[in-house]
Formats: sequence, C-alpha cells, structure tokens
Amino acid sequence: MKYYDKLIFDLSKEGRRGCSLPVRKWTAGLDELPAVLLREEAPELPQVSELDVVRHYTNLSQMNFGVDSGFYPLGSCTMKYNPKINEEIAAHPGFSGLHPLQPARTVQGALEVYRELARSLSEITGMAEFTLNPFAGAHGELTGLMVIRQYHISRGDLKRTRIIVPDSAHGTNPASAAVCGLDIVQVKSKENGLVDVEDLKPLLDDTIAGIMMTNPNTLGLFEKDIKEIAALVHECGGLLYYDGANMNPLIGKVRPGDMGFDVLHLNLHKSFSTPHGGGGPGSGPVGVAAHLVKHLPWPRVVELEDGTLDLVNENGGSCGRISGFMGNFGVILRAYTYILMLGRQNVKMVGPLAVLAANYIKESLKDCFKLPIPSVCKHEFVFDGLADQTTGVTTLDVAKRLLDYGFHAPTIYFPLLFHQAIMIEPTETESKETLDGFIDIMKHIAREASEDPDSLKTAPHTTPVRRLDETTAARQPVLKYKDIN
Amino acid sequence: MAKTVEGLYYSESHEWVKVEGDVAVIGITDYAQHSMGDLSYVDMPEVDDELEAGDEFGAVESVKAASDLYSPVSGTVIEVNEELEDAPELLNEDAFANWIIKVKMTDRSELEGLMDAAAYEAMCAEA
Repeated sequence: MKYYDKLIFDLSKEGRRGCSLPVRKWTAGLDELPAVLLREEAPELPQVSELDVVRHYTNLSQMNFGVDSGFYPLGSCTMKYNPKINEEIAAHPGFSGLHPLQPARTVQGALEVYRELARSLSEITGMAEFTLNPFAGAHGELTGLMVIRQYHISRGDLKRTRIIVPDSAHGTNPASAAVCGLDIVQVKSKENGLVDVEDLKPLLDDTIAGIMMTNPNTLGLFEKDIKEIAALVHECGGLLYYDGANMNPLIGKVRPGDMGFDVLHLNLHKSFSTPHGGGGPGSGPVGVAAHLVKHLPWPRVVELEDGTLDLVNENGGSCGRISGFMGNFGVILRAYTYILMLGRQNVKMVGPLAVLAANYIKESLKDCFKLPIPSVCKHEFVFDGLADQTTGVTTLDVAKRLLDYGFHAPTIYFPLLFHQAIMIEPTETESKETLDGFIDIMKHIAREASEDPDSLKTAPHTTPVRRLDETTAARQPVLKYKDIN
Repeated sequence: MAKTVEGLYYSESHEWVKVEGDVAVIGITDYAQHSMGDLSYVDMPEVDDELEAGDEFGAVESVKAASDLYSPVSGTVIEVNEELEDAPELLNEDAFANWIIKVKMTDRSELEGLMDAAAYEAMCAEA
C-alpha cells in the first residue's frame, strides 16, 4: 500500500484552476443580493488542477480497505460481498434519471420494484406488509417503534410507555426507544447468553408497549425461548419488535413472523448485499403483521383498480411521514437485484452457509481464543480474548495485528457482556480457502502473543499509519485543517 | 489487580462512596476505570439535582465504550467536580483521589445496602 497523507488543502496553489470560466458571466449580479446573504471573505477552497484532484482521490482510495480488497469479518455488520450487477442495474438511466417529484404514472417501473421488493421481504420474513421508506437500520427501528406507539394510542391505551430491551441488545435499540419517547426497561441474559425468561416475567404489566429482541442475539445465539417470550409479551398486551441486524443466518430457514414478532426492520446494507460502511447509504425497511398495516408510515405504494400503481399520501391511523420520499431507492433497487439474481432456490442457502462458515472458524480457533459460550452459533460468535490471558496482550492488540496480515479487524469490545470481546462474522460469501487463511493467521497471532508479545502491542507495522492515539483524538479533537499545526 | 480503598462503601455498578458527615462523596472505582480504558469524557449532573438511590446521574465515556453512572444513595447534588470536564484522565490516574459528585444524603440507611472493600473485591474477582 502506497503511503499518502496529504490533504487537498496541502496541494492548493493560489490561482490554480481545473477549468477557466468567464469571470464576469458568473459574478455579475452578485451585488444585487441582499448584503446579509453575501459573505465578507471569499471561502478558503483548495485551488487545484483537475489532475491534482484525480491523483489525490485515487491515492486516498488506494489506502482504503473494503470487501472488494480483502476479508472483512466485522461482527454484527454482515459485510458480505456486494455483487457488481447490483451497481449495473442501479446505474441504468431508466432508474438513475428519475426525479422523486415525477408523477406516479411516469414511474410505474420504479413503483413496481418498490412493491416487488416489499413483497419478497414479506415472504422471507413472514410479515404482512413492508414500508421501504426508512433510510437506515436505526431509522427503521424508530419507525417500527412509532408503529407500536401508534397501535397502542389508536386503542386508547395510553399507559404503555415502557419498552423492554435485553442487556445484550445493540446500542441503537435503547437509543431509538428513547427518541420515540419510550422508557427503557432492561432484561438480563442468563449464563448461556440467552434472555432470562424468569427475569422477564415480573417486568410484564399494562405499562409495557413491547419488547425489542435480536434473534439470533448479539452473541450469535438463537433465542430458543422466543415462542414462550412471544406468548408472555402478547399476554400482557405488548408487541414484539425484531431487530433485523442479525437476519442473515435465518434467511431461507426461519421467519420472524412465525416466531411471533409483530414489527421488524431489516438492514438491506447487511443481509441483502447493498453497500455498507462509508455512508452506504443504508436502508431499513420495516415489516409489520396484518393488524398493524394501517399504522405504517406514508407515502405508500398502492395498486389502483386499473392495475396501475400510485402513491398514497394520507392514511387514517398511520404513524405519519418519516421520509421525504420513498427511501433510498438506489439501495432498494440493489437489494431487489440481489434477490432476483439468487433466485428462490439460492436465497434458501444464504442462512445455512453463513452459519456453517461462522461455526467452522469458531471450532477451528477455540483452542487459541477463549470461547465463553461453547454452543453452536448462528452467523457470528464472540471470543473473550486470547485463551492464554497471562501475556498482557489485549483484544485491541490482536485486532491491530490482523491489519498487518491484510485482514480487516473483527468487531471488538462489543457486546459489553465480555471484557475482551472479539466478534467474528464471516458471512456466506467467503470461500473455504479464505476462511482457512484467516484461521491460520489467527492461530499465528495467538502464538505471537506468547512468544513475541511486543510485536502485537506495537502493531500495526505495515499499514500507512501506525497505531492511532484514539484517546488524545477523543479528548482533544482537531476539527479544522487550520488547527492541525 | 485493581486496587480498593478501605473504609469506603462500594456499589455493584462500580461506584465508591466516602461519607463525610451527611454528605456522600461519589466516584468510580479503580476496577471501573481500568475496564473502561482511557476516559475521554465525564457527563455530570447539575448542582441541586435530586437523586434517588439507583438513579443515573451521568456517564463516563472512553474510546472503547460509554457507561452510565448510578447514584448509590438518595439526596441532592451539592457539588460536581468541574476539573473532570477538561481532564477526564484524572479518573484514570487515580480513581479514588478524584471524586465526581457530592450528594447531601436523605437516607443514611441506604449505605447499609452497599459493600465494603473486601466484598467488592470478591465481586470483581468473580467477574
């Protein structure tokens, strides 16, 4: 990897331009603007040639690590390969040239894609209907919780202002609930990592709006008591919310709707192969059971009597509008392409292969790394640091050392249940050769921890920048180019 | 091994309490600062805030995680350690020398529900 650390401002030379524009043509009339709208000083934009810009960003891009450059076992993120045909379809001018304010009759194809993806997701998850409008996972969570609140309010049941969240939940769950105006009640996990049903029972009363569950949970374990939990929560009048961040291992095998969930969100940028990281953008469709369809946000796509599709902007009982238009349509299109390319037969293989890959790594490494919960996992699993904990080598050191060997680091220090958590999720898209390569390096790192701990504590050695001082960056952040020196 | 200080009260959520008359001086334990790693921010309540035992009164953040702080006793916040606003690292340097808040207690009997140094050490050893 070539070392390159310049900022675009470093390249700036007074008067340099990418192209020359006739000055008067573009500045004429500025004096007609109200004074309050005029800046007093010219903005300090970098002055660079087109070639400067091209080289700068090409060099930066080569320092990047992505699924296209190597294995990316980031737990809880499902960094699966994003097939290139997704991009080809999304770039088709018939789609990319659409404007969100076009009349519905001129965008029938786009509305059909929206409706067909919603229909496919309904089939995969067992929910009655979907909105694809939310822009990302946490936005989907908020939307789903708004649906739950709207359901209780519509029944005149105003006491239900508390929501149960397990201690192993993604941090977004309590955050989304708080944004939705709900109070959070925590339920504990048992030794085996699953929600403690006995701890749950006393929490259930007529102030509970519902429970947010991730299944498999953040430890990669299937919540086996889900049917009992669903019955208990429904009995007390609450609803079940499914955090779909970990949907990948269930695809084609198990449906949240059949487990008793009333509302869920999916992450298209995780389970359905759309770009993830670097801003994605994401997409967090929300699916609901039949009795909640009327509470979905608008606009919604509906089929008219003549068979054409239209957008409905009002809906009695809806939780309201949560997006300007119809979500991140380019992402919706990519996810739909992914599902069609796999086809019904192959979609069913996604979950089983993801589970197989995770268990293969877990079993291969459990002698070198501490496995706190030694059961069959789903798509991911958690080690609690190295098996030999006498070396002083931490999880952070292991993660940094992996970078030297060309792998992206796994998720570390999450979930919080384990102090040295290393969370590994390989996904179904990696070959056995890649998994074996990763396993060999992890074993090698475990040996290094005993024989040469300093090589880990000072890692990484071969990356463009060495170990960053995250603490100083957090305590004294430098937020402006001008403040660097 | 994280250190403890004799004569203080300890909570399960890793706060310590030093009693000065009817005032509880509250901080986080050495074990807590060690688990969190280098702290980058301490969120503290306002003076005059009323707290019930078990209430969240702030949070500590590190590059690794954020963790809520819970008041082991009920009462009124009479002072917050403003030094921590600019220097959260003081808690890493010496968690027992640097308190976070002082609370005027309304119910001293709540102290009986807390642990002594030995019991707290035993709890941490199990974790």
